[in-house]
Amino acid sequence: MITSEAVQERVHIPLATESLSQERIAYLEGLVSQAKTAAAVFTQFTQEDVDRIVKPMVLAGLGQAQYLARLAVEETKLGVMEDKVLKNMCATEFTYNYIKDKRTVGVIREFPERNLVEMAEPIGVIFSLTPITNPTSTVLFKCIMAIKTRNAVIFSPHPNAWRCCSEAVKIMYETALKHGAPEGVFTCLESHTLQDNAYLMRHKDVGLIDATGGPGAVKAAYSSGKPALGVGPGNTPVYLEKTADVSVAVVDIIVSKTFDNGTICASEQTVVIDDEIYDVVLKKFAELGTHICNEEETKLLACTVIDPETGCMQPIAVGQKATDIARLVGLAVKPDTKLLIAPIQGVGREHPLSVEKLFPVLAVYRAKSTDEALKVCVDVNHAGGLGHTAVIFSRNEEVIRKFGEMMNAGRIIVNSPGSVGALGAVYNDLVPTFSFGCGTGGGNSTTDNVNIYHYLNIKRVARRTQAHMWFRVPNQIYFNLNAVENVRQFPSRSTIIVTNPALEQIGHVDLVRRYIPEGTRVHVSVIPDAEPEVKVIMQGVEALNFYKADQIIALGGGSVIDAAKIMKLKYESPDADLEELAAPFLDLRKRVIQYPTEKLNRARLIAISTTSGTGSEVTPFAVLTDKERARKVTLADYSLTPDVAIVDPQFVMSMPKGLTADTGVDCLTHALEAAVSSYASAYTDCNAMQAIVMAFKYLPIAFEHPGDEEARCMMHNAACIAAMAFSNASVGVNHALAHAFGAHFGVAHGRANALMLPHVIAYNAAVPTKFVPSPYQKGYVAHKKYATVADLLGLGGHTVDEKVKNLVAATEKLLDQLGFPRSIADLGISKEEFERAMPELTKLAFDDPSWRSNPRMPLMSELADLFWKAYQGRGLAKVTSASQQTA
Amino acid sequence: MSLMAVWLKVDEERVVQALQEAAEKLDIAEGEVMLDFSSVPRIDVSGLMALEEFVGRADDKGVKVALRGVNVSVYKVLKLVKLTSRLSFVN
Repeated sequence: MITSEAVQERVHIPLATESLSQERIAYLEGLVSQAKTAAAVFTQFTQEDVDRIVKPMVLAGLGQAQYLARLAVEETKLGVMEDKVLKNMCATEFTYNYIKDKRTVGVIREFPERNLVEMAEPIGVIFSLTPITNPTSTVLFKCIMAIKTRNAVIFSPHPNAWRCCSEAVKIMYETALKHGAPEGVFTCLESHTLQDNAYLMRHKDVGLIDATGGPGAVKAAYSSGKPALGVGPGNTPVYLEKTADVSVAVVDIIVSKTFDNGTICASEQTVVIDDEIYDVVLKKFAELGTHICNEEETKLLACTVIDPETGCMQPIAVGQKATDIARLVGLAVKPDTKLLIAPIQGVGREHPLSVEKLFPVLAVYRAKSTDEALKVCVDVNHAGGLGHTAVIFSRNEEVIRKFGEMMNAGRIIVNSPGSVGALGAVYNDLVPTFSFGCGTGGGNSTTDNVNIYHYLNIKRVARRTQAHMWFRVPNQIYFNLNAVENVRQFPSRSTIIVTNPALEQIGHVDLVRRYIPEGTRVHVSVIPDAEPEVKVIMQGVEALNFYKADQIIALGGGSVIDAAKIMKLKYESPDADLEELAAPFLDLRKRVIQYPTEKLNRARLIAISTTSGTGSEVTPFAVLTDKERARKVTLADYSLTPDVAIVDPQFVMSMPKGLTADTGVDCLTHALEAAVSSYASAYTDCNAMQAIVMAFKYLPIAFEHPGDEEARCMMHNAACIAAMAFSNASVGVNHALAHAFGAHFGVAHGRANALMLPHVIAYNAAVPTKFVPSPYQKGYVAHKKYATVADLLGLGGHTVDEKVKNLVAATEKLLDQLGFPRSIADLGISKEEFERAMPELTKLAFDDPSWRSNPRMPLMSELADLFWKAYQGRGLAKVTSASQQTA
Repeated sequence: MSLMAVWLKVDEERVVQALQEAAEKLDIAEGEVMLDFSSVPRIDVSGLMALEEFVGRADDKGVKVALRGVNVSVYKVLKLVKLTSRLSFVN
């Protein structure tokens, strides 16, 4: 930021502090102890307390603005007294205007819509370095910020600005003390050394270093291992673009570059001017008291004000008047010359004046095009100005946007002076500051204008939010005998019936056709395979396209309905990538992959289920078989849910006993898992519980008496109701186990579910080894849910434990009634074979997404344990409920 | 072991004075001094320094210092200046 001789002596702050005497250490420890005590006491102050102190401090600063400015100029020999008065006034009045209504104690901001509150925690002790260029204004600014945020500050002013800074600290401290601030809240190092700074920077009780100084000081601060705020060096490029208002721009640049003799590090350094306006601009500069150097003068100027060895500005020129610099160089200029302008032909070491110059010397560059101008600005930005400030004068929004994109600068000032503009609150709405964060480009942690919020630890108080839940099912569900008649109310020009050969053969397709309105073109697409592949589905999509279908009727079990869902998806959105859509996700609402919403075609999907288990007619899931890779792909999205579901028991009257049992247990498992799911809600509970009651009552009847219309009807409805529950609450670990076991040993899904079910109930009812984080549930309730189920089934029991035991027993009894094998061993799978399969089984089960909504998180070892329990068989499920309390 | 405890009430307005009085009684407090801080809603720098000094003197005499009824804001101040480990607290 500044490289005067005086500044250079503090560039390298030593890491070692061994050279400090014991007396000196005691002195420094005393300062820290005093500040620590003050900061501790300060934590008790209220917002009103601090605001009562801040205002008189601001008034005292304003009252002493001229006095302090004079002191600063006399001591530092830099800058302009009148401008330093303005700086002191900005540091007090503008800062106050920004902070006066801001909360900095207790709750400082509230976000009710996010259930979030921000609270302030003071930092404690701040060790603050202040610069030679803006000495008193920086002190005033930091004192006001510190009191507003309840922090204590130990100041280490630049040695050549110590007197004026310590006077500013004294004025602020005495005023603060008078109005109630804790004793010792501000202290100022007396006649210090670089070792003092190094010692304090590493002190355990210093919470933050706020280094406003040269690059060395900033680097030392960041190297200390302490949290630090540091400003970086500047080299502000200015693009004066051809559409700019030249008269305004030239005045603004002069105002800025001559302000306090150019000592503000955000001031303009090189102005890149479009060729079209270059001559006009320079003429304007000349008219307003600027000396335009010729080639020879520019060379002389560069040799004098830039150190040829380091390429940095010469300390002798920093903060000096243009006429004094001209005298130094030997240039003949008018006595009222404000600024020296030096045309340059490039940026870098060969063009010495292209670097930062904290004095009224401005480089100008003639650019042949916008592209060239932007590139030169990038060069200047990268020649020591990264992260700091850049300025553009233009009326072309596109060029302004491009400039903003290309500059790495915390402040990009548009159509206004750079230095005063960057300070904020005068020409724009930037936060007023005397400390410019320069981001990583400048070795800083922030690009902000440093302000009160950087003097606070901001705590976020995040209250538990009531997670939004959902209950989504088809718009229309028609159920009970002859519900299929409702097909007639859906007009269609072209309908495709998707079904399987058996259903066509037994006349179900004809039954449906009977109710399709006359005049509808009907085509039947028969899916030959029970587990349709992509190839088969794409043939169906071809048919949809060929017949320009506007309606699909899926007539069949889960496989047929799932195939129809995917056909509809590919028909409506041909570009949908099934592989991509099957990507795993944790939360449906936050998933990475989004299903297509733009549709090329539109078709209504009516699902008529011919089995009583999967409930696919109302679910948002579709399973696809990928035979090439021997796997199944599950798609899940509410856009897959059929538009209309028809639950007509006449289509299931002829279901064989085995299929009745398999699908019926699938229905029961859906309902039991949805009931205890971590996604369960009152909306899903009522469906899940009702389906369980219906399944326990009617499944044995439908199994024993297949012709019983009521039992068939109730089981058909139960499957649909259970599916509505698990469509929204999902399933659990039972399905994960069954999927893995079924896939590995080729066992039907319902049968695999049955083998696991009693063991899973007992498992979920116990105290989890590992709980599942869920925003949707409060506490662990699975065991209580099972007890509720037992009550609904009238199973008896006084305690939750007893009720869960009774539920397990009732489930086992039902499975026995339905003739399911009692164990995996009963399937003829040897222990050795099962043992060999165990690593694969547990891996598959753990990879299965179904368990993610299970109330307890299954460990791999627990999955293996459940498999082994299922291997050994029913009657072994031991219930140790999570609650011993009386229900 | 029977130890004589000294019980002193510290008043918000006169923390320093109360602690000075307490310091004078350190010689008769063979085991513990109990300072009742329930009427101290806030502690200032002088009070805090007086307390630090008092704790130092009590340490020298082998007397334990217990504070009763310290509110949480004052407790936090004592925590920040690392004084809590040298004190015991009674609600």
